[in-house]
Parts: sequence; structure tokens; C-alpha cells
Amino acid sequence: MHLAKLLTAALITTALTATPALSQESATLKKIKDTGTITLGHRESSIPFSYYNDQQQVIGYSQEMMLKVVDAVKAELKLAKLDTKMMPVTSANRITLVQNGTVDIECGSTTNNLERQKQVAFSTTIFIIGTRLMTKKDSGIKDFADLAGKNVVTTAGTTSERLLRKMNEDKQMKMNIISAKDHGESFLTLETGRAVAFMMDDALLYGEMAKARKPGDWIVTGTPQSKEAYGCMVRKDDPGFKKVVDAALTKALTSGEAEKIYAKWFMNPIPPKGLNLGMPLSDEMKALTKAPNDKAFD
Amino acid sequence: MAYNWNWEVFLQPSATGEGTYLSWLLEGLKWTVTLSLSAWVIALIIGSIIGVLRTVPNRWLGLLAATYVEVFRNVPLLVQLFIWYFVLPELLPRGMGEAFKQMNPLAQQFVSALVCLGFFTAARVAEQVRSGINSLPRGQKNAGLAMGFTLPQVYRHVLLPMAYRIIVPPLTSEFLNIFKNSAVATTIGLIELSRQAQQLVDFTAQPYEAFIAVTLLYVLINVTVMFLMRLVEQKVRVPGFIGGK
Repeated sequence: MHLAKLLTAALITTALTATPALSQESATLKKIKDTGTITLGHRESSIPFSYYNDQQQVIGYSQEMMLKVVDAVKAELKLAKLDTKMMPVTSANRITLVQNGTVDIECGSTTNNLERQKQVAFSTTIFIIGTRLMTKKDSGIKDFADLAGKNVVTTAGTTSERLLRKMNEDKQMKMNIISAKDHGESFLTLETGRAVAFMMDDALLYGEMAKARKPGDWIVTGTPQSKEAYGCMVRKDDPGFKKVVDAALTKALTSGEAEKIYAKWFMNPIPPKGLNLGMPLSDEMKALTKAPNDKAFD
Repeated sequence: MAYNWNWEVFLQPSATGEGTYLSWLLEGLKWTVTLSLSAWVIALIIGSIIGVLRTVPNRWLGLLAATYVEVFRNVPLLVQLFIWYFVLPELLPRGMGEAFKQMNPLAQQFVSALVCLGFFTAARVAEQVRSGINSLPRGQKNAGLAMGFTLPQVYRHVLLPMAYRIIVPPLTSEFLNIFKNSAVATTIGLIELSRQAQQLVDFTAQPYEAFIAVTLLYVLINVTVMFLMRLVEQKVRVPGFIGGK
């Protein structure tokens, strides 16, 4: 059983490197201090949260919130210089990469839910969204009930996929559900006519619309099927690091900085096409800035 | 590492109410096997034709076959899949493209992946068929012709029966590869085995259990194929040639 031996060795190595030397102090903070580097997990096409601009730099709402955390970590450790390493993650690998120590923190468009809390810890919520539909203006689709028997696309590994499959099973809607690998591919599926609607977090739908060849052709519609809290993911066994992260995010939310960042990404023209998402601050978001928390909705 | 092992996850009913997570894995296994076996049939048929064409004494046919092999062997598999799935329907006449895109998504994904894997593997099979034929002494072909066989008859009764026997071992490798390559179908959304592993990760947040189970299933497929191909090898070997006594 050569394979089994190798596997055990690999597991032991990861266990050794990831276990804190002293239980009280934060392993992540210690690692950051020792190496002078923090590794940030980001998304590649989650507009306007975390995505690449024309120069392949990571930009977006979540990215700016994450940089607030980086500043706080730097101050906490009293470092003169802190290098940041950017690491792109996908819906499918982000949890594993946080767990195994490849990235120290991931701020993108990750929903805080109870299953995920078994594996990773979530910071203070940075954004609240609702899951809705995007469709062509003249498709005649107004709400989820209109989707019966049609082709519907969603992104694999998202809460929308779960809700859509459950809805299909519970209400026997006979939808054909296509699970594309990222939001860009989901939108391509919608745009090329393979699916009549795209179910996703509303903010991301507005983001995809901003990338479309003719943004005016599309609308976001339907009753929100769930509210979701986006948080930054950090390792579960490290309350010391989470405390620093939460403090930084709470400060940003209550001091009005988060609202300024919100206005920059949701109410003003953004790259790549200079389109304005025009998504006003929701009541849920207003409540969040008054009382920041790290609660999941489900 | 702070990981929460839970092997019982496979027996839990899935979050969407579609059976247990184990039934998801079996569903994925079914698609992987169906896709790979059907693509293998295409690969064998087209690969044999192209491989034979590469050896016939006609420059144009040889050139045609060589072009096929170089195109399909040198363009990355993933790119080929995206061309079949995303680009081709846009290039077809409007009515045909639309008709394809309105088909059941699963059928679209399956057909695209099937054609892609079949044509890609055919190029590799063709090279093996060609090398099998070329490995035979030239006297065999000449003897056949001298006996009064036509060229197609020489191929049918003299060259190919030997060539196929010689290339069984490399064909086994290609057969194994097609199962592993079938995982690219994940990228266009076909719910095959490796896709189900990712789905399991998303739905249960238990990545290690999911990937270990899927790895074992791939191993199981490949051990079965290896075993069967060994049997074929023993069954068809010719005394005095590779592996024959």
C-alpha cells in the first residue's frame, strides 16, 4: 500500500505545518509575521466584488474591503512592510485552499452558510444579496414560476444552484438546469440562447450585465429566493486572526468607509466598460452598517 | 489540519432531495463510462480509417490523413471541446445552430463531449494503427499482392490482422486515457464523475471524502479496463510474435 503511505505522509505534513505551536497565539498571524507575506484569495470574474481589470489587477468591492484587513494586520503586527500575494480561487476550490493554508483570507463573493462553517470561519458580513434571475427583456419571463420546462443556467458550486435544483425537485418544474463553471460562462450560456434565464446573486447579475455586448437587452427580475451574507473566509482554528479581521471590517462598516466603497462600485461607472450598475444601498445593507455581525442567513 | 472527517456523508439524503450523495456519485460514474465507451467506439473506427489512409500509396489521401492527425493531436483537448460546444453552434446555419442549442442541455453537453473525445482520440489511435502497419515487413504486402489480392484485400486479410495484434498494448493506454480525458466534459457542465466530486464538495463541504471516493472509482474503471485488455492480448496473440509463444 504505497499510495496509502504517501497519503498518510502528506496528511501528517499538512497537519504539522498547520497546527499552531502555541494554542493561544494565532498561527496565521505568526506565519504572516515570520514570512512578511499575506496571501489573499480573490475571484477572477465576480464583478463588481473581485475581478481583473484590463491590466490584470484585482479590483472590486470585496477586494477593497480585504485591503482594509491587510492594513489592520500590518498595524497589529507592527510591520514596516507587508507583502501581499494574490491567489485566484474558484467556487469549487476556495474552501480547500483556505483550509490547507494556501490562502490566509478570501474575500470575494462567498456566502456564509452553516455547512461551510463546519470547515472554515467567516468574518463579519461584508455584503448582503438576494438570489434572482436575469433574462432577455423580451423573453416574457417575470418570475421563477415562468421557468417551468425551460433551460435555466446557474453557476456550479453556488447557493443558487442548490436552490434551483431543490425548487425543481420540490415543485416538479421540469427545468433543465445547466451548471456552468463560472459566472462568465453562465452569462455566455444565457447570451448564446442556450438558456432563457440565469439565476444568481443579484449583484453579480448586475455585474454580468455590465460586461454584456448590449447591456440594455437584459433585465434582472423575479422574487429573491434567499438572502445571503457574503463574508471573508479564514481558517477555523484561528480565533486570533478572525478577531483582527472582524475588527477591521466592523470599523470599515460603521465608519462610513464601506458606504463610500459601495458607492464607488455599485452607483458609479466601473471597469471594464464604464457601466453604472445603479444598485442603491438596500435596507439589509443599511442595517448591516449599523450593526455589523457574522451571522449566516440559513 | 482542522478537518472534520465524515465518511457517512455519502449515505445522507442530498440537500436537493435527489437521492443520497452516493447515488450522485453512481450517476456520475454512469456518465463517465457511457461517454468514454461511446467515444472509444468513434475513436477506433475513425482512427483505423485515418491510420490506414496514412499508409496507402496515394499522396493526397496520405496528406489528408496526416492533416487530420496533426490538427486533432496538436490543439489542446480543452480548446477543442470549447470549439465543439460554444463556437460550432454559432458557425452553423442559424436554424441548425438554434435547434442544437434548444436541445436538452444534457444531450448538448454529451454530444459535444462525445464528438470531441472521439475525434481527439482517433488521431492518437490513427498513429498507432499506422505504426502497427509500418512495423510489418514490406514483404508481407508484396507477397499478398503477388498472390493476386487487391490492395484492400491485402489490408483486410494480411496487414490489419497482424497490425492490430501488435498495437494492443499501446491501444490499452489510449483506452485508459479516454476515461481520464472524459473529465474535461466537466468544464461544459456534463455531470460526470469528476463533476460530481465538485458538486459533493459544494453541497457537503467535505472535499477529501468526495475526491478520495472519486479517485477510487477512476482506479476501479481503469483496473477493469487493464484486466480486460490483458485478456484480449492473451486471446489474440500470434505464436512467434510479441508476447506469443
